[in-house]
This record gives sequence, structure tokens and C-alpha cells, in this order.
Amino acid sequence: MIIPRHHPPEAMLLDYADGSLSEPAALTLATHLALCPECRQRVAELEAIGGALLEESVPEPVSVDCLAAILARLDDPEPRQMVAFEPLPAEVIALPQPLRSYVGMPLAGLDWKSVSPVIAEFDLQICTPPAKTGLIRLAAGCSLPRHGHGDSEVTLVLEGGYRDQFGHFQRGDLVVHDSLVEHAPLADPDGDCIFLCVLDAPIRLTSVLGRFLSPLLRH
Amino acid sequence: MLDAGSTATAGARSLNDLVVAVARGRDRVAFAALFGHFAPRLKSFLMRLGADSGSAEELVQEVMLMVWRRAETFDPGQANASTWVFTIARNKRIDALRRERRPEIDLDDPALVPEPPLAADRSIEVTEDANRLRGAIESLAPEQAEMLQLAYYEDKPHSRICAERGIPLGTVKSRLRLALEHLRKVLKDDQ
Ligand SMILES: [Zn+2]
Repeated sequence: MIIPRHHPPEAMLLDYADGSLSEPAALTLATHLALCPECRQRVAELEAIGGALLEESVPEPVSVDCLAAILARLDDPEPRQMVAFEPLPAEVIALPQPLRSYVGMPLAGLDWKSVSPVIAEFDLQICTPPAKTGLIRLAAGCSLPRHGHGDSEVTLVLEGGYRDQFGHFQRGDLVVHDSLVEHAPLADPDGDCIFLCVLDAPIRLTSVLGRFLSPLLRH
Repeated sequence: MLDAGSTATAGARSLNDLVVAVARGRDRVAFAALFGHFAPRLKSFLMRLGADSGSAEELVQEVMLMVWRRAETFDPGQANASTWVFTIARNKRIDALRRERRPEIDLDDPALVPEPPLAADRSIEVTEDANRLRGAIESLAPEQAEMLQLAYYEDKPHSRICAERGIPLGTVKSRLRLALEHLRKVLKDDQ
């Protein structure tokens, strides 16, 4: 079992714990949490701070009928019940919650859109363009064209691994890049690399070859 | 701002016990006691986050209804009642204001990488932690406390808070880091 070595920055954990992180970034972060006991512990601590601040809030009187209104609703049927999990085939289990509920089937069976002979993508369609959240599959031993980003790029490796000037990234590793970073991730030779990627703007391809792949992460 | 309801004083049931009573016996008296403690605090918390009195109370109702419905999912070994209620309120806000889903882990998920087994029972620790944590927050340096408050009382990522207030991102990050280091140290030292 791989324990992640690249963790979200503290500020991102805090944004997640206090509820201000946007859904796509929160999806990436929560999926990291499923794979990283250490960051789960950190988020639990940050939530405890939220609990302590709630506890210390100066009580603001509620209207007299507020309690009665709630008591009258306690027996209301719940609008929607939680769905119980069915046993899943092993290949689906490779996708932890919450990502599994967004993607919904084995990675191999997804409707991958081919971007180049070695790159495929699957758009999760949870962002307002030009932002984008998707899975990227990079063939073993192949590289993404050299590119830069808008304000931020968040990636989370799900399968295989890749290398760039910042290190080697494997399952569960989460990394945030800002607009100053340019890189060309190279997939490990022993298998395809699949990662979840959240972009706030289309990537900027910075190599000549890359411009031929312009459909990648564009709209 | 401690009062009899927030600590396990003699004769009074602790908040944790009240949630457990709701979970086990659908205990309406216990629920009313939880309401008495949390509703005014939730309202205050939500108003600091920008809600007006009316919409804060609507949200308080939704949160307290979830407390009633989800009481079985409360695990005193994982978090104390205040933390648990905080997470419910946070998620309800995201739901109500941003119309977004809140992606969360599922502790029963077979794909979850499990925690290394814990040596001791966490439940006593969690309760003591909560009391120490409140003391530690009060002992923070003012500029660190301010950053912490901004983070929890503004519905914005820290990066946008900085941009709007003209505070350099690096300053905010280092103040937050110092604040969190201080709080973690307090929790660790007393174990
Ligand atoms: Zn981590």
C-alpha cells in the first residue's frame, strides 16, 4: 500500500476544513484524504478548531418559536435517504470515495477522449468553463507537452506515477502549481499514469510540438 | 465563553452524552437541551459569516434537524459534539449558499487507506483536547488569532481574503502556520 509523500499545503487543508474550498479542489483534496491518514488527522484538528470557535461564539438569542418549529419537523420523512454501498469489483475500489461517486465506473471503461496518441482525458463536467476538472491518462513512458497554467493547477495521482523537475509522484500524491510553474510530466515506464487534474484556466502550451495538441484541456 | 452546558459539570449531561441520547433513544429532552446550547451559538456563528438574522435561523433549523437525523453517525471517539455540529453547519452552508456538493471521504469505503492502529482509547483524549484547544485559542498572539478568525468566519479561500485586504499572502500563510503550530503543540504537550 502506497502512503502519499506529497501533501496539500496547510492553507488548502484549512480552506477545506472551514468550507471555503471550491467543489473541484475539495474533491481532489478529499480523495487525497481517503489515501492519506496523516492529512485526515490534520483536517480533524482543523475541524476541532472550528468546533472550538463555534463553542466560543457569543450566543445570539433565537426567536421563541424556533425550537417549536424544529420539534414539529422531527418526525417528517427525510427527503432523500443515503444509498448503501454495494460490493464493488476490485478495479473500481482503486477509485476511492468521494471520487468514485463522481466518476462512477472502472477507469478502463470510461468514455476517454483521445487528445493525442498518448494522452486521453475524461471531463468530470463539474466546472464552469474555462475552469476544468478531469482525469488525464498518459501512456507509459510518455510525456505531456511542456505547459504552464493559469492561477493554479491541482493534480492528484490515482494510478501509476510521473516525474518532473519537482520529483516523483505516485498514487495519492497531491501537488498544487501556480502560474509561474512550467513542466512536462513524464509517465513512469511500467504503466499508464492516470491523474485527476483541476485547472482554473486552460493550460498554456509552451513547446512547438505542444501547439499541435491544442485541444488538450481546451474548450 | 464557557457555561454549564459546554462542560461535563456534575449533574449536567455533557454535550456528547446528549447527542448519544438522541441517537440511542430519540430523546427529545436531550435534543431540546442540545438546541438550547447550540442554536444561539450557531446563529451567532452564521451571522458572523454574513447571514442576516432570519436566514441564519433558517439554517440553524436545518442544522439542528440534521443533528436529530444523523445522531447515529456521531462518534465520540472521533470528535466532540461541538466539532461534529460545526461540520454539519459548514456542510449545510455550502449546500444552501453555493449549491455545491461537499466531497467527503467515507470511513466505510474499502478503498480508504486505514489509519495505523491507535495505542490508546481516543475518546477521553478528544474531550480533553477540546477544552485545551479553547484555552490555546485564547492564548494566541492577536495577529494569529485574527488570521484564524478570518479563515473560519469568511466564506472565502484564504488567498482571496488576502487579495481583498491587501495583506501579502506570505504573511497570512506564516501567521496561520504559527497559529496552527501553537495549537498543535498545546495538544501534543499535554498528552
Ligand atoms: Zn496527505
